[in-house]
Amino acid sequence: MSSNPFSLWVYLSQSPLLWLSVTLLIYAIADAVSIWTHRHPLANPVLHSMWIIGVFLRLTDTSYTTYFGGAQFVHFLLGPATVALVVPLYENRKVVASAVLPMLVALAAGSITAVASVVLLAEAVGLPREVVLSMAPKSVTAGVAMGISESLHADPSLTAVAVILTGILGAITVTPLMNRMGITDFRARGFAVGIAAHGIGTARAFQVDAVAGVFAGIAMSLNALVTSLLVPLVVMTFLLR
Amino acid sequence: MIASLSLILLCQLAGEVFVHGLGLPMPGPVIGLMLLLVLLLMRDRFAVLARGPLQGDGVESTSRGLLANLSLLFVPAGVGVVQKLDLIVDHGITFLGVLVISVLVTLLVTVATFLLASRLLTRERTPP
Repeated sequence: MSSNPFSLWVYLSQSPLLWLSVTLLIYAIADAVSIWTHRHPLANPVLHSMWIIGVFLRLTDTSYTTYFGGAQFVHFLLGPATVALVVPLYENRKVVASAVLPMLVALAAGSITAVASVVLLAEAVGLPREVVLSMAPKSVTAGVAMGISESLHADPSLTAVAVILTGILGAITVTPLMNRMGITDFRARGFAVGIAAHGIGTARAFQVDAVAGVFAGIAMSLNALVTSLLVPLVVMTFLLR
Repeated sequence: MIASLSLILLCQLAGEVFVHGLGLPMPGPVIGLMLLLVLLLMRDRFAVLARGPLQGDGVESTSRGLLANLSLLFVPAGVGVVQKLDLIVDHGITFLGVLVISVLVTLLVTVATFLLASRLLTRERTPP
């Protein structure tokens, strides 16, 4: 047993245990607040967990590498969770099968809009070319987006920032936007947030409605495939003339 | 639960092997997802396959447990982004503004296309 509290901190802050506990505890609190506010869009548990932990790391002067040593166990589960998306898909296969055509049409329109709108807008407001390229794949899941960014010789870490911010923005805006537009078809709502805001949007969709979650998961997976082919095409069309 | 988790991991592993082996530009877990879908559908057809994690809601309940906490899994990557916010300091507001507009436009275009397509297609199918 260490008698010096500082040496205890030095020991714990280097072990995965502390940062895994911090991640789970802060998320548990953020999620409890989210449930308590009846899943209010602004009480998004990802948003609040990430800035609270970010501030905590800054205050304790902890590097992200040290933090990730503990948090990687949570991060790792993203892969298995993607596989697990099949279960709601399987359970709702009749609803999904009856909507294959609308999904394919919306996938084409949504993927093109997601890439073209960000490229054109960013160009119009005069962001530097490297930033524009890094933002282009912002609507697909981080791993795929960073790969696309690398193949364009853009900045993958800037892409990661754009991807996460996009996910949070989509998760926060989707419910009020769809309610205001009077859209009650949860297949369409889920599909839209899966295209626009990948996994973070999908997580939001599952909080709101199971069918919305299923369609968001499908949209996210399909969009990852389409966008990796689409981004180079859009970039060539709009930027390299 | 351990058997169900193993089955999920094995599907992901097979997906990764497939994708990296063939050098395909898609995420391995997506192939894993399709593999598990095939397994579940085959289980319904052939009773022989309904064993271990594929029987009595095994892999289903484990998957639901994982998905119930899907938001948590994005926190580690999100914290990495908080640390890198200085990357967008130069163009912070424009950067964020572009993302907000793009997200809203994408949501609206996708949802409108979906509704329009499903309305047109159901109208064609129902006799007048």
